[in-house]
Amino acid sequence: MTSPIAGGVDCDLHPAVPHLTSLLPYLNDYWRDQVTTRGMTDLVSQSYPSNSPITARPDWRPSQGKPGSSLDDMSKQTLDVFKVSHGICNPLYGVQMVFSEDMADAFCRALNDWLTKEWLDRDERLRGSIVIPVQSVEKSVAEIERCAQDRRFVQVLMLVMGDMPLGKRAYWPIYAAAERHGLVVGIHAGSNYHNPPTSVGWGSYHIEDYVAQAQAFQTQLTSLIVEGVFARHPHLKMVMLESGFTWLPPFLWRLHKFWRGIRMETPWVDRAPLEIVRSNIRFSLQPIDAPPDPATLNRLFDHMQSDELLLFSTDYPHWQFDGNEALPEGLSSDLVRKIMIDNPLATYGRLRHGATKETTP
Amino acid sequence: MNIQFRDRPEPASTDVAKTSDIKTSHIKTSHIKTAIADCDIHPARATKTELYPYLAKRWHEHLETYDKRPYHGMMEGPPYPKAQPNASRRDAYPPEGGPQGSSLSFMQQQHLDPNNVVLGVLNPLATGQGIRNHDLAAAICSAINDWQIEKWTSKDKRLKGSIVVANEDGAAAAAEIRTRAGDKNFVQVLLLSRNVEPLGQRRYWPIYEAAEEAGLPVGIHAFGFGGNPITASGWPSFYIEEMVGHAQCQQTVLASLVLEGVFERHPTLKMIMIEAGFGWAPSLSWRLDKTFKRLRSEVPHLKRPPSEYIREHIWWTTQPMEDPERRDHLFQLIDWIGWDRLLFATDYPHWDYDDPSRVLPAGASDANRDAFYLGNARKLYGIV
Repeated sequence: MTSPIAGGVDCDLHPAVPHLTSLLPYLNDYWRDQVTTRGMTDLVSQSYPSNSPITARPDWRPSQGKPGSSLDDMSKQTLDVFKVSHGICNPLYGVQMVFSEDMADAFCRALNDWLTKEWLDRDERLRGSIVIPVQSVEKSVAEIERCAQDRRFVQVLMLVMGDMPLGKRAYWPIYAAAERHGLVVGIHAGSNYHNPPTSVGWGSYHIEDYVAQAQAFQTQLTSLIVEGVFARHPHLKMVMLESGFTWLPPFLWRLHKFWRGIRMETPWVDRAPLEIVRSNIRFSLQPIDAPPDPATLNRLFDHMQSDELLLFSTDYPHWQFDGNEALPEGLSSDLVRKIMIDNPLATYGRLRHGATKETTP
Repeated sequence: MNIQFRDRPEPASTDVAKTSDIKTSHIKTSHIKTAIADCDIHPARATKTELYPYLAKRWHEHLETYDKRPYHGMMEGPPYPKAQPNASRRDAYPPEGGPQGSSLSFMQQQHLDPNNVVLGVLNPLATGQGIRNHDLAAAICSAINDWQIEKWTSKDKRLKGSIVVANEDGAAAAAEIRTRAGDKNFVQVLLLSRNVEPLGQRRYWPIYEAAEEAGLPVGIHAFGFGGNPITASGWPSFYIEEMVGHAQCQQTVLASLVLEGVFERHPTLKMIMIEAGFGWAPSLSWRLDKTFKRLRSEVPHLKRPPSEYIREHIWWTTQPMEDPERRDHLFQLIDWIGWDRLLFATDYPHWDYDDPSRVLPAGASDANRDAFYLGNARKLYGIV
């Protein structure tokens, strides 16, 4: 086992909203009334069914309630174990699935306030991601503006499968707002299920959807690069969360080859895709889709041709590894330090500059 | 990568530029004497009505009136405009006219002879696949199969055809396969990667049953239309996203085939992933295996880790060749996949054609090189 070092940053933690009713205190009268009188159900996405083995490691599954719903458990099971200085909270509550932008807006505001009060205020190590009502770009920008005042929010969070490819120009005001406030844009596995979860239609199984997350990340990277997001926002950092990364080298070989062949279609892409990835894109460590032998993994790292791309993550409480083996075997101590400390700090500007505790306005 | 920025050449008699192109391409490849297989050649029709002799009269009128109605909106051409006319090499227009790939004699002269292609597998595109009227789909597919024999495989014994089937109509597709079974003009059944549903779904099972029964591999060529956006987040903007995206489509197609248990049901079925890359195969296999460890209770019909089905049942054509900066990366990748599983292909006459004299870097053993260029294809297709 490769030993973790103290003071790292866990870039992918999933605090769970116990139930839609947990957000009632953070909703206004109208939406409280809507939730109760209409008998709205809990917003659990098919991407992570509560009892699926993927959704929680067996020894991290609480005797009752959703995995990841207790700060105490999170603290004992992961923050303390890996002695992290910071952990970034990425709530995966299914607010992206709703179709009304007004409803999505209300739920996102409530979710972000809930995260602040029930998690960030209660553990100084924790940092937050702003969940945005992506159903409306205008409302998303407003929510970023509102939450960005609290410097404990270090990232804007979007799902990898949504209504439109993420590079589309309609989304650019979101990226401009993130860049303006020194926020990273995190793209996390998961779908709003407004499109089929694969590019060839609806499969039958949960396992199929989960495997397909990797392909969705690939198409999003293509979109973000060829639409010119990083030509417009050269300083914007994006982090692919729970994406896997062993697909990256062959994906880039293919993208590079076609870019060389037909770059006349997207002339604003002024750097090779590999260079754009090196300067603007990062990946969370887990899951590691590779065989457990160190030789293969080190060959894969060599194929990536950079030791700056990976950011430590446990993906708590999702089941990606057992015991304390968050780091794969065979990593050099230099690489451990890069993955756990240097790379996350270089990526998340707001972690570098520290944060003072503030209340959400 | 073959890309040129000249205009479409004038008709043959005045076409000086094209003649010089042909000479140049002869010079580039003339030192290649080794016999090769080309497992992805695209034959085209010279005219719109070239298929009519193989189609019932009612379909001529139907096509004139309604044309094909594909699972996308364009009556003419593809939804994403290609980078070149017909996505093909500008130097590949036959001297007698017609689109690239529509002349046997010019294909022989420009490609088969100079490159010493001893086995060429034809993969007709723009057939009856991916259109919404399933009777029309079946009629066109059957016509394409007759046309392949008459225009191509009976005229040049190096060429072998693919049985094209009405992909969304399992019963009609299976019937077409059974009709052609045993016909040595054909070496595989051809499907495209993009269909109404992922290819592991049950509506496609009759195709696999008939193919296995006929002892034919099923080739799955990148492309096609089934109505689904080419990303899981909707329609992208650019042709390059479609081109790159075929690799993602193929990954989910292969995952579907494995996870639905197609290879458990058909233990002798062989499949070929055509023109969708192979670089992604290891990472997909590892991801499938890792996820399978957690979620196998959902798919109890699978008896083995997914990677084992892939290793046993899947072959890959090489074009567009994975092209890392460092050749040791390419060789490590091929080691993971298996040198016995790659089938060389050029994609002639398409623009992203791979030149056989350049595609495999120095450093492969003679045995691996022979397998890559010819041996694997001969063995898989049973061509001695």
